[in-house]
Amino acid sequence: MNVLGIRLPGMSSLILWGLLWEAVGQFGISFFLPPLSAVVATLYEIIGTPAFLKALSETARAFLAGVFFAIAIGIPVGILMGKNRLIDELLLPWVNIFLSAPLTALVPVLMVLFGFGLKSIIITTSLFAIWIIILNARAGVMQINRSLIEMALSFGASPWAAFTKIYFWAALPEILGGVRIGVIRAVKGVIIGQLLISIVGFGALFELYSANFLMSHFWAVLLVLFALAFSISEFLAYLERRVDYYAAKR
Amino acid sequence: MDMHRTEAGGVPEPAVSARRISKTYGHVEALRNLTLEFPRGQLTSLLGPSGCGKTTLLKIIAGLLEPTSGEVQVNGAPVTGPGPDRAFVFQDFALLPWASVLRNVAFGLELRGVGRTEREGIAEKYIRNVGLAGFENNFPHELSGGMRQRVGLARALAVDSQVLLMDEPFSAVDEQTRRKFQEDLLGLVAEENKTFLFVTHSIEEAVYVSDQIAILLPRPSRVSDVIRPSGLRAKDVADIRRDPEYLDIVDQIWASLRNYVE
Ligand SMILES: Nc1ncnc2c1ncn2[C@@H]1O[C@H](COP(=O)(O)OP(=O)(O)O)[C@@H](O)[C@H]1O
Ligand SMILES: [Mg+2]
Repeated sequence: MNVLGIRLPGMSSLILWGLLWEAVGQFGISFFLPPLSAVVATLYEIIGTPAFLKALSETARAFLAGVFFAIAIGIPVGILMGKNRLIDELLLPWVNIFLSAPLTALVPVLMVLFGFGLKSIIITTSLFAIWIIILNARAGVMQINRSLIEMALSFGASPWAAFTKIYFWAALPEILGGVRIGVIRAVKGVIIGQLLISIVGFGALFELYSANFLMSHFWAVLLVLFALAFSISEFLAYLERRVDYYAAKR
Repeated sequence: MDMHRTEAGGVPEPAVSARRISKTYGHVEALRNLTLEFPRGQLTSLLGPSGCGKTTLLKIIAGLLEPTSGEVQVNGAPVTGPGPDRAFVFQDFALLPWASVLRNVAFGLELRGVGRTEREGIAEKYIRNVGLAGFENNFPHELSGGMRQRVGLARALAVDSQVLLMDEPFSAVDEQTRRKFQEDLLGLVAEENKTFLFVTHSIEEAVYVSDQIAILLPRPSRVSDVIRPSGLRAKDVADIRRDPEYLDIVDQIWASLRNYVE
């Protein structure tokens, strides 16, 4: 972005929003929104505490496990759907339904099925992330150049070799895009899981802080969460740019 | 010249034969009852207007498509799918955009389970043969169209199949590069003891490079004529285009095809 001929670094607008937040907070318009500086001070205060670190590790564990299953199942399923017409016809309606379904409403069902523990939280996280990962992997495979596949077949590729050496790599730009969006959705999933299923991790902190009207604590945890999601998503965007050079010519 | 080349009018026995091949795509009848033999060690062109089924025939021979009826034999054995006796050169190169030239050239061997050191050694040799030495670590998007097709050609040569199937390999490269390719192809046919099946829609190209030209007529396609420019192969590559036989055959083919061009 250029302002008055000066090139601003990316995300400069955040500074503007931060200033606005500070101003609104300083005027004390709502107890709900303390000034940014107070939030940052609180953040600094709580970030090393055992309670915070415990919450962070609980959330991180559920989040990573959930994302892992979403990726490990989502990518192969998406590739299979893109490859095989029959599998696609069978699964596509379900994927579309779950993609737009209000998954939060399903959480009580998961609790009945899988209990009130980590397992249900992980499944919730995966459910938030997996559908877009499947759809993107599928879209990536569907645009593969036919002749790449014929090339592999003509040199005697086994189905497994075609899968790992052609389909996956040819669909990688789309797959990474899907994983990036899926990971952001997983952040939502893990927090909802930790709020609704068992009050642990960051979910428990949110619950605690908002119930006690500790607003600057509440915002501090939210900032941490935002920073984590933002870094992961930027990292994946970086990987996406690395494969950009071939996204246009497959 | 090796022993397989035409001598005293004798045609080598066929390495590939297509027998009564028919192919329909839904309502489109692409090939009807097409029979053609491809002599061993020679280059046979499939020449015909676009849409007449040349690619279809080549893919059936490659084992990538099933004929609706009829049979293809390679070295006397019926084709049931792709096999190590045939290698394909694609019109659009079909290179892995995420892999280096070296890996692309070695990719056929990689799929056939050849170990890394061995296949890269072989690939390096063929990269040199097609004139791409020094580009081993470049990626396809860094190469010109002509260089990309050299990669595709090196990949097909590296697996050392007896039969090379080339689908309009030079149609996506510029005119100068194409001429160089045609000369190199003649050298290749003379050196490598392989059977070449070469699809083209260019009459001049077919006459220039072929031992045998099969002229296909539009759908449903069948072979209308087989021409063997026997006198040209002994000539120097630089003189072929001025040779009376070359010019006569080009005219003759044009005369038989012109009725089918709108
Ligand atoms: N997959 C397909 N489905 C339907 N029709 C096809 C398909 N492939 C080729 N055809 C048709 O078959 C005919 C022959 O095609 P093709 O073999 O590609 O011709 P050529 O290579 O000589 O240009 C064309 O009319 C084309 O439209
Ligand atoms: Mg064609």
